[in-house]
Amino acid sequence: MDVAISQMGTSSLLLDAAGKVFSETVQARIHATAAILRGRADVEEVVPGMNNLLVSFDLQRIAHDSTTNLLRQIWDGAQPLAPDGKTIDIPVTYGGPMAEDLHDWAAHCRMTIAEAVRRHAAPLYTVAAVGAMPGFVYLSGLDPSLAMGRRAVPRMAVPKGAVIIGGVQAGIMPTTAPSGWHIIGHTAVTLFDPHAVPPSLFQPGDRLRFVVAGVLA
Amino acid sequence: MIEVLTDGPANCIHDRGRRGLLHFGVSRSGAMDALSHDIANALVGNAADAATIEVAMFPFRLRIGVDTQIALTGADAFASLNGVRLPPFWVAPAPAGSLLSLSPPARGMRSYVAFAGGIDVPLVLGSRSTDLKSQFGGLDGKGLAKGDSLALLQTALRKLPTSGHGTLLDGPCTSFWSRAPGVTDIRVIPAAEEPLFTQAARAQFWQTGWQITHEANRAGYRLSGPMLALREPVELFSHGIMPGTVQVPPSGQPIIQLADANTCGGYPKMAVIAEPDLWKLAQLGPGDRIRFVPTTVAAALADQLAQSQMVQAIRAQA
Repeated sequence: MDVAISQMGTSSLLLDAAGKVFSETVQARIHATAAILRGRADVEEVVPGMNNLLVSFDLQRIAHDSTTNLLRQIWDGAQPLAPDGKTIDIPVTYGGPMAEDLHDWAAHCRMTIAEAVRRHAAPLYTVAAVGAMPGFVYLSGLDPSLAMGRRAVPRMAVPKGAVIIGGVQAGIMPTTAPSGWHIIGHTAVTLFDPHAVPPSLFQPGDRLRFVVAGVLA
Repeated sequence: MIEVLTDGPANCIHDRGRRGLLHFGVSRSGAMDALSHDIANALVGNAADAATIEVAMFPFRLRIGVDTQIALTGADAFASLNGVRLPPFWVAPAPAGSLLSLSPPARGMRSYVAFAGGIDVPLVLGSRSTDLKSQFGGLDGKGLAKGDSLALLQTALRKLPTSGHGTLLDGPCTSFWSRAPGVTDIRVIPAAEEPLFTQAARAQFWQTGWQITHEANRAGYRLSGPMLALREPVELFSHGIMPGTVQVPPSGQPIIQLADANTCGGYPKMAVIAEPDLWKLAQLGPGDRIRFVPTTVAAALADQLAQSQMVQAIRAQA
């Protein structure tokens, strides 16, 4: 498999294994590579992205010259692992005052609300990556018929717990923050707590299922 | 206790920030000018992980309720301690009842105030740094406000002359603070998508004196200059980024992602600021102009080592 490894500043490398579309197989290998790197004393950050991996080295413990070869070797030897993480159910109340885009989203998908909700809650999603903001999960597995391009004008404050759709991605807001994604539901589950160990409910490789707690039409 | 006498939502408690947590979406945070922060700690004999105050809004005033020693570094904020001028990169005794006052600096954006022992706020995710966006760390995840009081960690005070003493900075540091007005060179390491920009855009990237716009804060700086075009559209998946990443969004105007930036991004990357030059950017602000100068990892590491040796030497003399 062809990967590009590029320098990301003084002490980091970016391994990019992305093709034209997101690949679950590539992502499984990203997670396997990340797991190996995480155990090393000379590695400071291991950040899985979408079919890519950012690695930051402690250059007091490893020579810069050897980092690219090391990363390539580990990638070459890594066996894609089936996600072995935990599966967590996220109860969602669809629609209502907390989720004002439900109607527009179902209409955009040319479906009844019931059908759109059924399809959203059907798959077992995989947490491809956690990032951007604390505890935010990049999920793979959204039914492509539910995709909806981002809003032209982002909302300045999408509330914590909002269940959202942005393009072909599904997500959940871990804290109240600006976002251009559509709000289709709401969950009371806390995704990020800085005082918890680990602070993020989900780790890359975990599975997630949306469970219909109610539909407010 | 230390009593804060002025409001300043951008004045925050910081240490070296959080490491090893980017994969949870937790920003690095930490002092923007980490070098000045380190020197402040070294001057008062603190451990390298002690917390200081990053002052970015002026005027800033404090009443010091305990016998302590303070160091002031970074931007020269025409500070006075009990009415006596306190120059930057200086440490002085601050007896209980002292009043510290900082005014808007003529040059530089951020001053650092360290106290002997360091500021006593709880460690959150291994750091005392304030994460303003996610509202944790520091003093309840917020900037400092009038009426806040800060405790110090206990420490034995060392002997200091009544008027304190300054410290000698090394060549690169001195030349930054005494530079002539104009464009400041910032060294960068080219990144993955640099070759994907047009020949003209690449030339402009390296030759332009980029102006820092008013959209400049701890999360990032937006720059203004010629529009940088790609040879063809580039679609990238979201990936982890490091502070100092210079991205070019579709507007063609670069953004430098900094300490409080989102941990993932997907815009094409021209370059990443060399670690030993990140502190300089922290001291540049709206209206200032910078030029990107390519460097190598080896050169960056050599300068990084020189900076840590300077801090060690200051600590040894303190």
